[in-house]
Amino acid sequence: MRTVDDSLFTETGDGVALLGSRCTDCGAHTFPRQGGCPRCTGSAMEDVPLSRKGTLWSWTIQGFRPKTPYTGSDDSFGVGYVELPGQLIVETRLTEGDPAKLRIGMPVELTLVPFRQDEDGQPVHTFAFVEAGHE
Amino acid sequence: MSDVAIVGIGIHRFGRTEGVSGRAQGVHAAREALRDAGLSFSDMGFAFGGSHSAGDADTLVSELGLTGLPFINVYNGCATGGSALIAADAAIRSGQHDLGIVIGFDKHARGAFNTDPAEHGIGSWYGETGLMVTTQFFGMKIQRYLHEHDIDPGVLVRIAEKAYRNGARNPMAWRRKEISAEEIAASAMISHPLTQYMYCSPGEGAVALVLCRADKARTYTDRPVYLSGAAFRSRRYGSFEVFSPWIASERADSPTVEASRAVFEAAGIDPSEVDIAQIQDTESGAELMHMAETGLCAHGEQEKLIADSDTEIGGSLPVNTDGGCIANGEPIGASGLRQVYENVLQLRGAAGEHQVPGDPRVGFTHVYGAPGISACTVLTR
Repeated sequence: MRTVDDSLFTETGDGVALLGSRCTDCGAHTFPRQGGCPRCTGSAMEDVPLSRKGTLWSWTIQGFRPKTPYTGSDDSFGVGYVELPGQLIVETRLTEGDPAKLRIGMPVELTLVPFRQDEDGQPVHTFAFVEAGHE
Repeated sequence: MSDVAIVGIGIHRFGRTEGVSGRAQGVHAAREALRDAGLSFSDMGFAFGGSHSAGDADTLVSELGLTGLPFINVYNGCATGGSALIAADAAIRSGQHDLGIVIGFDKHARGAFNTDPAEHGIGSWYGETGLMVTTQFFGMKIQRYLHEHDIDPGVLVRIAEKAYRNGARNPMAWRRKEISAEEIAASAMISHPLTQYMYCSPGEGAVALVLCRADKARTYTDRPVYLSGAAFRSRRYGSFEVFSPWIASERADSPTVEASRAVFEAAGIDPSEVDIAQIQDTESGAELMHMAETGLCAHGEQEKLIADSDTEIGGSLPVNTDGGCIANGEPIGASGLRQVYENVLQLRGAAGEHQVPGDPRVGFTHVYGAPGISACTVLTR
């Protein structure tokens, strides 16, 4: 499967997960991976798969087509921040784009969605969160 | 140590000025500020200035005069104007200089900003997948804020309505037509719950300020306004800022909270003493949140203040009396200095149709922007 950036992802026993960093000194997490700790200012970061499940922390709908460097389709899409327990709050696309069906606190889980086609007409995927149990 | 005064102010009208470059608008504002102080460019001991998209400020000397002065460019995103002012404040307060000028100007293309993730140290995937959009961030920030403080989203309409009402009274504003609450609510949904008319737009404009040692202020003006404090802060671990692919689960105060606290402390002024406030209203929700983050009121208290018309020009806490970013647009390099310009006008009692009644004595300004910065000032007379 082609993704927008393979370095964002890792395979786990439960399926694909987002790949972040964890500070081995203070326990802070980041996404994507980075070498420096924004919490304690150290540089002892290790790779860590992020939780595939979380709760919706905030959301909106992207109502117009973003300018470049956006490369996706013209459709409006949901965007949110999802709290991954004990780790961090990640910004993400949402598979749901209807404001009436989104609420802060709803359980969601990671999925991969196509958002554009490559030069050969093949779908390119990025990460999104979907209401838990709806896949 | 010397206190600092503002003795000259100049502005080029905000909005769209076809055929006039951002640099030319900067030169216009500088000449207006110098004229206001009865000075010429050759009197200036230093200059700080900047634009985000309209060229290097230090090249304005080819038009203003090749006097050999130290002219330092500031390129600091939404805090460009605020940072230039803070640098000027330090230059005078330290005793290094007696008299100088700050200039902020800009001219942006139409439509929302499109920022290159690489300039922010973020992978290209962030822009490619449609997440690097400022309007989106403000939608999510206010969504969370309304949820946490149980505030009715209807207040967002009233804030925008006030901005256009004040803009209609300000001859230097871009949007000079009142827009009804119904029209604001019914305009295109940009990022739920924020509609098109609740947002400011990237635009054009320029502002310049002439500053001097406070003890010399009356040489140049009979209405000096004192820069009692200027502070700048960037984000902490745990704050929720624009262009964040992730945020920490543990929460921290925003740069607005920290910059406001620092500036009030430096000025020896309590937020309750503020007579007039210009605060960052990138969209209606920003004004709502920032009213409380700056310390001007408590979280959740805004709804009643706005319902009671307290933030109107005739109210007890007038906010964004020149129409704010919503009615003036946002030329990044000039925006923060516009707020200071407006407060100086107000403290001089020279704001004409949008003058706050009651002889205001303390003005507060607040800028917020990418990638999580805030610059604030306290002005007194």
